[in-house]
Amino acid sequence: MILDLDKFLRKEWPFWDELEALLRLEENQPDRRPSLEEARRFHYLYQRVSSDLVKLQTFAGETETVAFLERIVARAYRSLHSENREKLPFRPWGWLTRTFPATFRRHGLAFALSMGTFWLGAGFGAAALGLNYELKGDFIPPQFSHLNEKPSKRVAREEERGFDAFEGRNTFSAQLMTHNTKVTIMTMVTGFLWGIFTVILLFYNGIIIGVVMFDYITDGQGVFLTAWLLPHGSFELPAIFIGGQAGLVVARTMFGWGTNIRLHQRFALIRSDLLTLIGGAALLLIWAGVVESFLSQYHSPAFYPWKIGLGAVQLVALILYLSFCGRRPRRSPATLV
Amino acid sequence: MLGATTSLEVQTPEGVSFRLPIASPFSRCLAMAIDFAVILALTVLLFQILSILGNMLTHIPVIGRVVSDLSSGLLIILQFLIGIGYGIACEWLLRGQTVGKRMMKLRVIDERGLTLRFSQVAIRNLFRLLDILPSTFYLLGGISCFLTKRCQRLGDIAAGTLVVREVPVRPPALESLAQSRSNSFSRHPHLEARLRQNTSPTEARIALDALIRRDELAAEPRLTVFSRLAGHFREIVSFPEEDTIGLSDEQYVRNVVDSLFRRAGG
Repeated sequence: MILDLDKFLRKEWPFWDELEALLRLEENQPDRRPSLEEARRFHYLYQRVSSDLVKLQTFAGETETVAFLERIVARAYRSLHSENREKLPFRPWGWLTRTFPATFRRHGLAFALSMGTFWLGAGFGAAALGLNYELKGDFIPPQFSHLNEKPSKRVAREEERGFDAFEGRNTFSAQLMTHNTKVTIMTMVTGFLWGIFTVILLFYNGIIIGVVMFDYITDGQGVFLTAWLLPHGSFELPAIFIGGQAGLVVARTMFGWGTNIRLHQRFALIRSDLLTLIGGAALLLIWAGVVESFLSQYHSPAFYPWKIGLGAVQLVALILYLSFCGRRPRRSPATLV
Repeated sequence: MLGATTSLEVQTPEGVSFRLPIASPFSRCLAMAIDFAVILALTVLLFQILSILGNMLTHIPVIGRVVSDLSSGLLIILQFLIGIGYGIACEWLLRGQTVGKRMMKLRVIDERGLTLRFSQVAIRNLFRLLDILPSTFYLLGGISCFLTKRCQRLGDIAAGTLVVREVPVRPPALESLAQSRSNSFSRHPHLEARLRQNTSPTEARIALDALIRRDELAAEPRLTVFSRLAGHFREIVSFPEEDTIGLSDEQYVRNVVDSLFRRAGG
């Protein structure tokens, strides 16, 4: 059977036109809520045009009209079957007090593994330096070449220097924020390669910290080191661990352990969590960048207790926030009706 | 592998299927180059504006140095935000398109044909940092595009998206097919009925497509195509000689199409 295309087009064209007009209206005003009558009419038109498409595909085989109808049906299908377009901006307070800490806790094991890998690297770096101090230059990357000099010499020089509040502090702060955020995103996305590079990045960064810590502590500069690193490190290191956590969540998704669903479905389940984790890490890094630029680099011994105190308070506050914030109170059995 | 699938076929719950043409890596590369140029232009513009502001305020005592430092810090942050946020903002606000994609008539869509969610847009753009590796050669993303059936880079796989071509489609002007000439076959309704009975939809489609695309063919191939088609339809049904004599092959096919598509309903 071959369709009478001319008659068919004349009869059905007004319906295609009407559906297209409704689609245009919806696409131009995404926030508009159609009335019940309008929604019913839309659904009727979608079904009618879909049926026309099937008829044309089966009986006429006229490619251009089929392509034309396919496009209308695709748009109508997208409109009918998609979830409502999310509204932006989202609710920052709810995200900060509930979503982020809850997501962090949901992937707690990945965070523990991320932190463990980092400190394993730190232990390795410290042990390697303890066995052979000559290796220090090999472990410290070129951009941190100032760490190659003897800690006590650097401390003496830094403590003599005055504090110039305006000398490139904003630029330095911006560089730290953007660089660290980029590294954190990188730690997450490399999880796609089955987590190998995420683990390497964490371990390598751990080695650098381990080497620096061992070097300063064995040189008797533990207090300087704590006052230098703790104010910003109390936020910066957890942010890097969270980046690693997100990377390991991606890696687990790639492996698909314990599930029998397909890769794209597994990714659909973690997408929002990844964004939440990386968004939280970025926030921590912004604050860490400000502190590192404006406070951490000011090395006056009189300020050490304040700096260490601030760092400790920040760390405890962060631990409490991530551990307890946004927890739903457990209902007693009596209230479970 | 590339070319294994050139279109995304979506089967709706209503049992209807439709296809969306998948963009080639080449057109995606061009779109990316345009986007890169836009990002570069935005960055240069920003740099110029902040430099002018910085220079104007540097001479003011006390706050001059602070403002100058602040503007260079701001430039670093804005550069970073443009680099990361350009794709996210454009694809979210322009429903799957950036400036480059719009110019190349491409669009990012959900791999099930549904509306893009913000998390998909953000993830596919964040994973670009992985796709561009090593350095900025786009090797990982390029290899992934060539190896996956739907030409997806790693960011597309993670986000559940793919890039399709936006082909403007217009329905054919059927009035032009029959032209003004009368169809001599209409004098033989029983033969027309036999023609419709013995012609498959695929054969009918080929004849109709040949007429729609006649102007795209050069003279010689056009003659060959219509000669073969006319020969094929002559074998299906033989119309009396007095109605076919003097008819060109193309007019013969026009009459066949007219009989098949216009008169089927009577």
